[in-house]
Amino acid sequence: MSMDGADVLKRALTEDEAAILEAWYISLREGTSLQSGRIREAELQTQAKAVFGQLRDGLSSGGVDADADSYTPLRENLADISRSRAIQGFTPTDTANFVFSLKEPIFEALRRKSAADASALAAGVWAAGKVLDRLGLLTMEVYLASREEVIGRQGQEIAELSTPVVRLWDGVLALPLIGTLDSARTGVVMENLLQAIVDEEAEIAIIDITGVPTVDTLVAQHLLKTVAAARLMGADCIVSGIRPQIAQTMVHLGVELNVVSKATLADAFALALRRTGRKVVRQQATVTGEHR
Amino acid sequence: MDRIPILKLGGTLIVTIQVDMHDRLALALEEDLTAMIVRTGARGVLIEISALEIVDSFIGRMLVSIAAVSRVLDAETVVAGMRPAVAITLVELGLELTGIRTALNVERGMAMVQARLVEEGDGHGSSRDGHEE
Amino acid sequence: MTVTKSETLPIRSGDDVVRVRQQVRALAIDIGLGLVDQTKIITAASELARNTLDYGGGGEVRAEIVQAGTRKGLRLTFEDQGPGIADIEQAMTDHYTSGKGLGLGLGGAKRLSNEFHIESTSGVGTRVTIARWK
Repeated sequence: MSMDGADVLKRALTEDEAAILEAWYISLREGTSLQSGRIREAELQTQAKAVFGQLRDGLSSGGVDADADSYTPLRENLADISRSRAIQGFTPTDTANFVFSLKEPIFEALRRKSAADASALAAGVWAAGKVLDRLGLLTMEVYLASREEVIGRQGQEIAELSTPVVRLWDGVLALPLIGTLDSARTGVVMENLLQAIVDEEAEIAIIDITGVPTVDTLVAQHLLKTVAAARLMGADCIVSGIRPQIAQTMVHLGVELNVVSKATLADAFALALRRTGRKVVRQQATVTGEHR
Repeated sequence: MDRIPILKLGGTLIVTIQVDMHDRLALALEEDLTAMIVRTGARGVLIEISALEIVDSFIGRMLVSIAAVSRVLDAETVVAGMRPAVAITLVELGLELTGIRTALNVERGMAMVQARLVEEGDGHGSSRDGHEE
Repeated sequence: MTVTKSETLPIRSGDDVVRVRQQVRALAIDIGLGLVDQTKIITAASELARNTLDYGGGGEVRAEIVQAGTRKGLRLTFEDQGPGIADIEQAMTDHYTSGKGLGLGLGGAKRLSNEFHIESTSGVGTRVTIARWK
C-alpha cells in the first residue's frame, strides 16, 4: 500500500508541478516570513522550486522514506535553508512552515487526480504526509542545533566580556568577578588574569568576588588554582569582597581558602600599595584648607 | 653533548633556557649549576624560563632539586618568566615547585636576589651568627 | 567518531620523548586548540611518553585527530610491552611512584586530559589513551 501511495504522489508531483508550485508560492507569500522582510520573494521562490525538484527526485527512487539516500540532496538543501533561517532570526514556526505549507497544494493536486479513487487518494495523502512530516521535523532539528550553536558562541563571548582585568596602579591589577563561576568560565578568567599579569608586569593581582553569589568547594578550588598559578609566575594574589554570609557558608561547608583575603577591594588595594612600598597620605595643604 | 650556558654576574648565576629541554640536558644543567655554585661561591641562582613552552614533572623536579641543592650551598634560587599556560598546566598537574621563589621577569628576579645579598651584606659576614648572639 | 589523521611514533629514547612533544604540538595547533589546552595536552603526552620509556621499557604512541559531530579532538594512545601495572588504582594516586619520579605522571596526565583510559596486564604491557577536545 505504501508503494502505491508513493506512486500516486509521484504522479501528482510530476503531472501537476506547475499548479502545485503556484499554490505553494501563494501560501508562502501569505506566510509571515516575507512580511518580516528578512527574505525576498524571488529568493523564497528559488528555494521552493529547488526543494520541489529534489523532493520529486527523492521520491522516484527512495519511496516515502525521507531518510533514504535518494533524499540526501534534499535533506542537505533543507538543512542549509534551515540553518540560515536560524541565524537570520526567523521564528521556529516560519522555518517549519516552509515545508508544511507544501502539504495543502499537494493534497489539492492529489484530490484533483484521484477524486474518483478513494483508496488511491488516501494512500497518496498518507505518503505525502509521511514524507513532509519527516522533512519538517528535520528542518526543526537543524534549526535548533543552529540556535544552540549561536547560544554557545554568545556564551563564550559573554564569558570573555564579563571578565575585565583593570589596572589599579603600576603593577597592581584587579579582577572584579561578577556572576556564577563554572569551570569553563573560570578557565577564561584565569587565562585573562594571568596574561594581564604578564602584559602589565603586575606584582599583585586583586581578585574581587563581591559579585559572586555563592562560593562552593568547586569555586574555591578554582580560585586557589588561579592564585597558585599566579604565584608560579611571580605574582601575588589577594582575594577581596567575601561577603559575611558567604564567609559563613564557606566555614559551614568546610571550604578552606588559604589565601590572603581582605573584606573590601579598598582594603586589598591598601595592602597592595603597602606591599609595593607605597603609602597613601592626605595632603597637608588640603587638611589645613578644610580647617579654615 | 650541548649544554646550557651559565652566566655569572656578581654573586649571581644566571641561566636562560631557550631550547626544548630533553632529559639529559636537564640533568647536565643540574650538575653544572651545583659545581658552579661551589666554585664561585654564588649566593643566588636565577633561572629564566620565558621561552619554555612546557614544564612537565621531570623539568619541574629538576627545578625543585636545583633549588634544594642551592639552599644547602647557601644560594637562593629564583625562577623567572614562567608563561601563563605553563603555570596553569603545572597547577593542574599538581606540581607546586615548593621552595622556589618566582619572579615575573629577569629584572624582578635579579632585584630579589640582590635584595637578599644587600640584606645579608649589612650584617658583615653571616647573618645566622648574628641571630645566635 | 571518525579518525581523520593518524600517525605512530616510537618511544625508545629521551630524544623520542622530545619528538613526541613536538609532534603533539603540531597536531594540537592543527585542530585549533587554544594555547593553554595545547600546553596541557603536550605536558600530558610528555608525562606518558616518559612513563612508557622508564617503566614500560619503551614502546610507541599513536597520535590521532578524531572528529565527533562538529567537535575535533586529539587522541593519543601510548602502548608498551613492559611489566605492566599490578595495581592501577594505586598507580593513579598522586605521589605514588615505583621509580624515581614525583609520581604525578598518571594522575597528572588524567587531570590534563578530557578523557583518560588505562588498561594494563601484569607481564603483558600497558596501554594508556588520552584525549583532549576542542
